[in-house]
Amino acid sequence: MSPRRVLGRIGFYTLIAVVLAFFSVPLLWLATAPFTSDPTYEVSLPDFTLANFRAILEHPYALGSLYNSLILAVGTALLVVLFAALAAYALSRVRIPGRDGLLYALLLLSSIITGTAAMVPIYQLAVELNLIDTHLGVILILTGGLLPAAIFMLKDFMDTTPKSYEESARVFGASPLQIVRHVVVPLVRPGLATIAVWAIANVWGNFLMPYLLFSSDPENQPAAVIIYTLYTEGGQANLQLLSTFGLLYSVPVVLMYLFVSKKYGFRFHGGIKR
Amino acid sequence: MALATSPPEAPAPPDRKTYSSDAAGLGRVRASVFAAPALLLIAVFLVFPALWVLYLSITNYRLSGVEARDPQVVGLDNFFNALVSGKFWNSTWLTVEFVLGSAVIGQVVLGFTIAWLMRDRTGPLKRLVEGLVILAWILPSAVVSFLWVALLDRDGGTLNLLLGIPGFAWLLDYPMLSIIVFNTWRGTAFSMMLYGAALGNVPPSHLESARLAGASGWQQLRDVVFPHIRGHILTNLLLISLWTFNDFTPFMLTAGGPDGKTEILAVYVYKEALIGGNLGVGAAISAIILLINLVVAVFYLRLLRRKS
Amino acid sequence: MSAIELRGLTKVYPGGVRALDALDLVIPDGEFFALLGPSGCGKTTLLRTIAGLETATSGSVVLGERDVTNIQPGARDLAMVFQDYALFPHMDVTDNIAYPLRIKKVAKAARGDKAREVGERLGLAQLMDRRPGQLSGGQQQRVALARVMATQARAFLFDEPLSNLDARLRLEARTFLKRLQRELGVTTVFVTHDQAEALAMADRMAVMEAGHIRQVGTPAEVFQRPINTFVASFIGSTPMNLLDAVVRGDSLEVSGCKVAVPESAAGLLTDGEKIVYGVRPEYMSYSAGPAEGALGGKVSIVENLGASHLVTLEVGTASVQAVVPEGREPVPGDDGYALPRADRALAYRDGDLVAAGRGGTEAGA
Repeated sequence: MSPRRVLGRIGFYTLIAVVLAFFSVPLLWLATAPFTSDPTYEVSLPDFTLANFRAILEHPYALGSLYNSLILAVGTALLVVLFAALAAYALSRVRIPGRDGLLYALLLLSSIITGTAAMVPIYQLAVELNLIDTHLGVILILTGGLLPAAIFMLKDFMDTTPKSYEESARVFGASPLQIVRHVVVPLVRPGLATIAVWAIANVWGNFLMPYLLFSSDPENQPAAVIIYTLYTEGGQANLQLLSTFGLLYSVPVVLMYLFVSKKYGFRFHGGIKR
Repeated sequence: MALATSPPEAPAPPDRKTYSSDAAGLGRVRASVFAAPALLLIAVFLVFPALWVLYLSITNYRLSGVEARDPQVVGLDNFFNALVSGKFWNSTWLTVEFVLGSAVIGQVVLGFTIAWLMRDRTGPLKRLVEGLVILAWILPSAVVSFLWVALLDRDGGTLNLLLGIPGFAWLLDYPMLSIIVFNTWRGTAFSMMLYGAALGNVPPSHLESARLAGASGWQQLRDVVFPHIRGHILTNLLLISLWTFNDFTPFMLTAGGPDGKTEILAVYVYKEALIGGNLGVGAAISAIILLINLVVAVFYLRLLRRKS
Repeated sequence: MSAIELRGLTKVYPGGVRALDALDLVIPDGEFFALLGPSGCGKTTLLRTIAGLETATSGSVVLGERDVTNIQPGARDLAMVFQDYALFPHMDVTDNIAYPLRIKKVAKAARGDKAREVGERLGLAQLMDRRPGQLSGGQQQRVALARVMATQARAFLFDEPLSNLDARLRLEARTFLKRLQRELGVTTVFVTHDQAEALAMADRMAVMEAGHIRQVGTPAEVFQRPINTFVASFIGSTPMNLLDAVVRGDSLEVSGCKVAVPESAAGLLTDGEKIVYGVRPEYMSYSAGPAEGALGGKVSIVENLGASHLVTLEVGTASVQAVVPEGREPVPGDDGYALPRADRALAYRDGDLVAAGRGGTEAGA
């Protein structure tokens, strides 16, 4: 090896080491503190206690909030997948007048109307419709926000699915609904799964909407809000609770990510996260 | 189809029953029924709020008090008030700093660097680096915010321990720098993956012919790689700018403080409208955010169209 | 099983593209019929309009005695094999073959039996539990055929049935398809862009161009007496020689050579008229020495076709090609003479064949 190459190698590994440190150091605490008896902000070798998890069980809202997160995520994902699939299929296969304009508008809407820009009227709307402090309210609002991008991604997916499958079934006498049931749904199942995972990941981590709409009652608040309350309110933060709860709250997303990347090789969609 | 050229011997009879000719025989009526629920939800929970913002922004609506019951249209007063207030401009400037610093510089440069370093590699090192970067991206924002609160803590924080400067208050003394670095850490994954995919599409033969011609690493980047991924860079810049511009996560780190030093527009709207109760003023700022989003999004969509 | 009849069938796409222009065609019961033409000529649109996947703008499609123009594709009693076979990837071979029966609400056991019976007949017995993704192209094609055979359809429609197979398999499949159609005796219409496929398989064929049927006839008729210069140049693996000619009394002048007037055009040409003289390379006899009525010139190219050679002669300003049997081929630079067979040579005036009876059935006749 020439000296130049040696220098290049050294430079490369130094750079990689810096990147690794930058991305891993903030995460270390999440890995150690939950298993440490009396955790501080300091990262230290844990004594591998599970006592902190017992403390979680005793907390009045912790487990309930994970359940709330689950309801929000699954509820939203179901609505998004169902409605987006129906709309995307119709838009992909039938030339409804004004279709292209509609799609363009959808794409535009999904990128410009963000929680940040629309939080005031969304809050008011929820008040007017009696949806404040309800799961349904947050689910509907999040569904409305995710649908345009979901329709767009699914339509893309369906456009690449050959029409000959449906036409073939049609020549054999299948009705439109039979075609959808027997042929289309099984064919686009990977696309539906992708959208479901995408929606779940989005809702699971979403903070702003539940923070706005579950203002008072911690019974209904999802994990994102509870964890924020835990470290901003009541003087000294309870690190035992925070670290353990943070870990429990994180594990499902990580597992889902691992599952998706193993099964589908992590297909890269432009708007996978907003 | 009343075309002048249709054959005279066979005009379509008026009662001719045609059936839909799309692939599944769905027909327009059924297709509209299929699309209706999605469009309804979008209309109520996405489009209506956006339009409502525009209306609110010209009223003196408040969360409570007389104006809550009987709001008055005040024209463009809210906009004038926002545009002459120092707070609005301060917040706008902080937002520009935040977007430029964390997205345009931080995420793009770091994301591209990692993608470039890892371009020809496979194996555990690549998986480790990419896994960590992506982990920072997929963890819930409430969790990562607190991880950074812990990292930057004045007394026991890991960063001060590593640097050997206990007692240094990052979030108080350098709040803007903190959230910029935080957001760089948080969002680099997207740029890394996008550039990784883009670099994978640079034809190896182009790089090889440049190498045969004796081009250095930097020359290969400049002459072969950048021209190939120019479109990706632009796409990436627009998307992450849009996302960062609308990001509410820094609120969880600093809540806009200390003393308004990290009060980016997203946080400013929240404080003005929902804490301060000035819905009209908040809506005016929201309307400005919508407008900026619109400009960026239209630019992005035109770019997409030109590519296809 | 039914005949298929098209009357004034027209398809205009939104935007004004006339894919089919007032087509008339009769395909008798039991015939193996080819729709042949270059891409974009409307042949696939025609097939899809017969199937009902495209709605006709005007005109009608009649199956047997029944006008099906406005009837849903599923109610037409037709079966179709798509170019990509359209086998459902999430169903195994049995379920794929049985799918049409499932739609007709045949009990599960009965349709399984039928699927196995048909599958066995096509040599798929060992593959019945596989998914389409685990089959070769040829096997997939047979599954698609089995699926249409399970339907009791009145006619079969094949869209480019061989185009997804590789070259060697294609020849085998050609023979297989022709035998199968003969055994089943079901009226079958297939679309192809490959003239060799149409000639080899079809009982009769229609040559299409730009939404019109240019010629209908048996492969022999279409090959020997193309009705116009488009069909003449489209049919045949070596293109027909089409040479500018002037009528000089009772013979023709072609590139400075004197050749006999084609028999089919005898008495139909006027002196001094400019025509196009057409003769297939296969219908030329080649010699190294001068011959009466032959086209003579220098050999420029010799292409090996296997058992024969394609020789290109430079005759004046024109290039003339002739097929020369094995062992008698010249080398480039030789002098050569190609003598057209007067009973196979043709004359075209303004692109149309000059002939008394105008062989074959012309479209619309």
